[in-house]
Amino acid sequence: MAPPAASQRYPSPSQPSGKSEVTDLKSQLRQLAGSRAPGVDDSKRDLFKKVISYMTIGIDVSSVFGEMVMCSATSDIVLKKMCYLYVGNYAKGNPDLSLLTINFLQRDCKDQDPMIRGLALRSLCSLRVPNLVEYLVGPLGSGLKDNNSYVRTIAVTGVLKLYHISASTCIDADFPATLKSLMLHDSDAQVVANCLSALQEIWSLEASHSEEACREKESLLSKPVIYYFLNRIKEFNEWAQCLILELAVKYVPSDSNDIFDIMNLLEDRLQHANGAVVLATVKVFLQLTLSMTDVHQQVYERIKSPLLTLVSSGSPEQSYAILSHLHLLVVRAPFIFASDYKHFYCQYNEPAYVKKLKLEMLTAIANESNTYEIVTELCEYAANVDIAIARESVRAVGKIALQQYDVNAIVDRLLQFLEMEKDYVTAETLVLVKDLLRKYPQWSHDCISVVGGISSKNIQEPKAKSALIWMLGEYAQDMSDAPYILENLIENWEEEHSAEVRLHLLTAAMKCFFKRPPETQKALGIALAAGMADFHQDVHDRALFYYRVLQYDVHVAERVVSPPKQAVSVFADTQSSEIKDRIFDEFNSLSVVYQKPSYMFTDKEHRGPFEFSDEIGNIPITPEASGDIVPAQQFEANDKDLLLSTDEKDDNKGVSITGSAYTAPSHDNSNISSQMQELAISGPATSAATPQSSFDFDDIFGLGLSTAPAPTPSPPLLKLNPRAALDPGAFQQKWRQLPISLTQDCSVNPQGIAALTVPQSLIKHMQSHSIHCIASGGQSPNFKFFFFAQKESEPSSNYFTECVINSSSAKAQIKVKADEQSTSQAFATVFETALSEFGMP
Amino acid sequence: MMISQFFVLSQRGDNIVFRDYRAEVPKGSTETFFRKVKFWKEDANAEAPPIFNVDGVNYFHVKVVGLYFVATTRVNVSPSLVLELLQRIARVIKDYLGVLNEDSFRKNFVLVYELLDEVIDFGYVQTTSTEVLKSYVFNEPIVIAPARLQPIDPAAIFTQGAKRMPGTAVTKSVVANDPSGRRREEIFVDIIEKISVTFSSSGYILTSEIDGTIQMKSYLSDYRSSSGSGVILDDCNFHESVRLDSFDSDRTLSLVPPDGEFPVMNYRMTQEFKPPFHVNTLIEEAGRLKAEVIIKIRAEFPSDIIANTITVQMPLPNFTSRASFGLEPGAAGQKSDFKETNKMLEWSLKKIVGGAEHTLRAKLTFSQEFHGNITKEAGPVSMTFTIPMYNVSKLQVKYLQIAKKSSSYNPYRWVRYVTQANSYVARI
Repeated sequence: MAPPAASQRYPSPSQPSGKSEVTDLKSQLRQLAGSRAPGVDDSKRDLFKKVISYMTIGIDVSSVFGEMVMCSATSDIVLKKMCYLYVGNYAKGNPDLSLLTINFLQRDCKDQDPMIRGLALRSLCSLRVPNLVEYLVGPLGSGLKDNNSYVRTIAVTGVLKLYHISASTCIDADFPATLKSLMLHDSDAQVVANCLSALQEIWSLEASHSEEACREKESLLSKPVIYYFLNRIKEFNEWAQCLILELAVKYVPSDSNDIFDIMNLLEDRLQHANGAVVLATVKVFLQLTLSMTDVHQQVYERIKSPLLTLVSSGSPEQSYAILSHLHLLVVRAPFIFASDYKHFYCQYNEPAYVKKLKLEMLTAIANESNTYEIVTELCEYAANVDIAIARESVRAVGKIALQQYDVNAIVDRLLQFLEMEKDYVTAETLVLVKDLLRKYPQWSHDCISVVGGISSKNIQEPKAKSALIWMLGEYAQDMSDAPYILENLIENWEEEHSAEVRLHLLTAAMKCFFKRPPETQKALGIALAAGMADFHQDVHDRALFYYRVLQYDVHVAERVVSPPKQAVSVFADTQSSEIKDRIFDEFNSLSVVYQKPSYMFTDKEHRGPFEFSDEIGNIPITPEASGDIVPAQQFEANDKDLLLSTDEKDDNKGVSITGSAYTAPSHDNSNISSQMQELAISGPATSAATPQSSFDFDDIFGLGLSTAPAPTPSPPLLKLNPRAALDPGAFQQKWRQLPISLTQDCSVNPQGIAALTVPQSLIKHMQSHSIHCIASGGQSPNFKFFFFAQKESEPSSNYFTECVINSSSAKAQIKVKADEQSTSQAFATVFETALSEFGMP
Repeated sequence: MMISQFFVLSQRGDNIVFRDYRAEVPKGSTETFFRKVKFWKEDANAEAPPIFNVDGVNYFHVKVVGLYFVATTRVNVSPSLVLELLQRIARVIKDYLGVLNEDSFRKNFVLVYELLDEVIDFGYVQTTSTEVLKSYVFNEPIVIAPARLQPIDPAAIFTQGAKRMPGTAVTKSVVANDPSGRRREEIFVDIIEKISVTFSSSGYILTSEIDGTIQMKSYLSDYRSSSGSGVILDDCNFHESVRLDSFDSDRTLSLVPPDGEFPVMNYRMTQEFKPPFHVNTLIEEAGRLKAEVIIKIRAEFPSDIIANTITVQMPLPNFTSRASFGLEPGAAGQKSDFKETNKMLEWSLKKIVGGAEHTLRAKLTFSQEFHGNITKEAGPVSMTFTIPMYNVSKLQVKYLQIAKKSSSYNPYRWVRYVTQANSYVARI
């Protein structure tokens, strides 16, 4: 609320005069306060404006608080408004003063003019003074029942404000229930929309300790509520439409008719001029059709045009937000955008942040049919006056070369860059040529002849220099003067500031030596001597190592330093596909702009106003991939299988690019993490205080002095099947269907926590107790595991467990679901015992 | 969904307006923001992106007439929503103040706060409709002299050129009355087309696109209106007040225009069109340390149309130390310049009449010898221009019908066309 504190730019000289002026104002206000002369409101207005103008520029005018309040006993709404603005600003800092205002605000809440009622109520709720909450309940209650919609709109948001000042007061007054009924019955769209935002916020915060709030929150996603909103979406303004669309994204449709109904209802939202409405609609479409590959692809086709129009109709900033989303879609389904490549050409006057995105998109969509045009265009940018963009363009050409099969033409273009004789272009190109040779050694001949012509003196950038040196070493036999160039470089060892370059020099000298010993021997000697005397630890160590291994046996040294190489087939992607999928799940949020999932840049409570997540719901869950740890697990490489390992997933992607069968927006097998999360919380979190388990004793006696499991609960009566098997899909299904039969908190002993640095160890440990891991994830301090177990005697009686461990507090929470609910306590005991032994010798 | 703060900063970083809605972002956010924007990365040229995160706080900004409109939040919100909102807040404020600049802000800050309180409550957007806001906002704007305004939007170009237009109208506040005390009933419909064309070095068109907007600004007190057009569009979108019942059959849009300025429809066309200017550039070595540049532009539109405020730019080779210019004889309203710092040739022309051709010759002197291809060291040539009463798409508003409430009601109607260069580039 506060206009900024004193800004440096209004220099201190103004402060003293500010003080005297405030005193002036004070006396003038006092004079006017009681006056009923005609025109007094105008003079008041002028004074009020002055006060507020001081406030805005940071002069403290809190001393006229009393006078302002006195002057506000008027029917002039402009004066009232200014006074409310003033009061709102100073109330928090001066709780005593604000008590003064309560009286007149409360009176205004009963004014005849609905405008004044509304404004007074808003100001009252904005005071943010905790000890005044008792005065809020009454006016809020009548505000919610007011016959004027403006007042109701404000009252609804007022309830939310009250909740943030004092949650218990808000809940005790049963305001959420009132809001819910308003939301479903009020005739005014803005009242309804505000109810929805307020309830989402309140219930999301309450859900952590109230089962009822959890249920209420989920009830917002029931079919009747969703359709209630969607059917009348056009009555809402564009911002409220976004709110509703965000809600609809979370809705789980009952069948495909349901899906098509919703899409039909929302189809025309794609033609809205507001980009936020369009993106929110796009998200609904994408999420709804995830499981319907064909329709999902049609959705991509359908949304393309509206998004492109938005890119070119708004300000550069708006374009950027839309382009970021297009970027995500293009990278997921380059195929679909391949013929639209011209839309992603850079315009000369675009800001660099837009150009960069476009270059990445051009790289992604380059394929056999458009590569020539794209690369031609990129080559134009390489001559660009903007050096940063020129560099990016060269890199883009290189990336395209690395992802294409027919690189012939591109290699030529790249080599032409070297002829441009611009330092930065040459530098970038060298790095690329090096990568290219690692992938396509067959091009070495062409490349080497050009690279050989480059004078190493003209190359200053360490990365480029390293690349050149690497090539000299690797292709020493093809480059006649390689040993001499290296020798030259080695002689200037002292002037070489980059350790990276010196490391490369050492290795290149070695490789060159193996191929052309007589010519290189001397240079290598100098290099090793210089290296061993180097102050840089890595350079020193490497030189020493080379020296010793050479001493030991030259042939061994060759096998170590210069073994025959296999061409690199695919360079490692910087972002795992799991992370990309998470970003896709967070479509239409900042995650897309930052190209990071939300858990990487924002704390838990701010990840989204309506995220269905419990305490650590946002931890990425990686399916347990390796079969040797969980033999029970079976992977079927079909599309339905949600628990594919990442490796397998990549293979699938490869197929989908080359093969004719289109599966591009390959989300089908990737949604596990979010699914798991959602199902993890679909059951209410119990707030029941679980009796502290006895394992605290272990904590105290700690460190495994005795493994005597103190007063452990009676020995397990339950025998589990050590070879139980369940496929992950079935697990998911069961987890969705079954209610939580038990929630329990327990402690993990310190050794266990220590062992948890390798989460796999817990999985192995639990398996030795016949409890099998289905999926796990998270990172310190929060880990999450899904386990499965089966009764030895009855294969139909299964136990499903979610176990969340916080390693900093050494606490674990388990949620158990069971086919046979009566035995879940027995199973929990077994589980807890097993967990308590984790880390014990 | 919710934002935490909204503020407006001047180019120098002064606070002009500041509102904290949720009190969850620590103090000093304005300073943090300004420092980050001013010194984005070591590369001084790189502009800060409109969205960034510092210590868990997300900062969004749009630049309007040199002012930063900023919102902060800790929540993982929809980026489009916030940027759209900022743009819309700027528009609403402009609707009220008539002119948007630092001065008008400072004179009207109480009104601006009043607006902001109704636009956003506790971080949630309530409304950005100028029409709706009129019933909640009571302060009257202090309108500043429009003479000092900088153009904020494409429509502002109408105040520069064509005399036919009542120039003050676009800077009129929706709530202020005329000095005469009577409101003038009028409605403006502007068809603004921004064109992007890239020519290859051989003069062939590589890419071309028209991004058009039908923009409406209404000062009517009560009415409904409809308009029609007929061209093939690639794609378009509409303002929410537009009813499209008969758009598909007879291309009629009908709407009850809300107060203030708003885009009725945005459209995009990639069909071929005749570019308004033909650009021909030649750069040739002329001796060891010399070269000559010749730029020729020809206006390819009818002679009753006049383009104005034309600028032509061309980056010259890095080692250019001097450039001397030869303008054609009798060239009035033309200026040429060589910007030493960024090695840029600049040529500006006040106006070009349809069908005319203009030439610029420049002799360059180099500080060092160069090798290789000189054409790779210079260019491309880019142009900006404005052509009033001309639109390349041929899209037309055929009629603007206003449903009358009485026979004497006959408000002023203005339908105006303009074409502007968005990105007009010729490679050499």
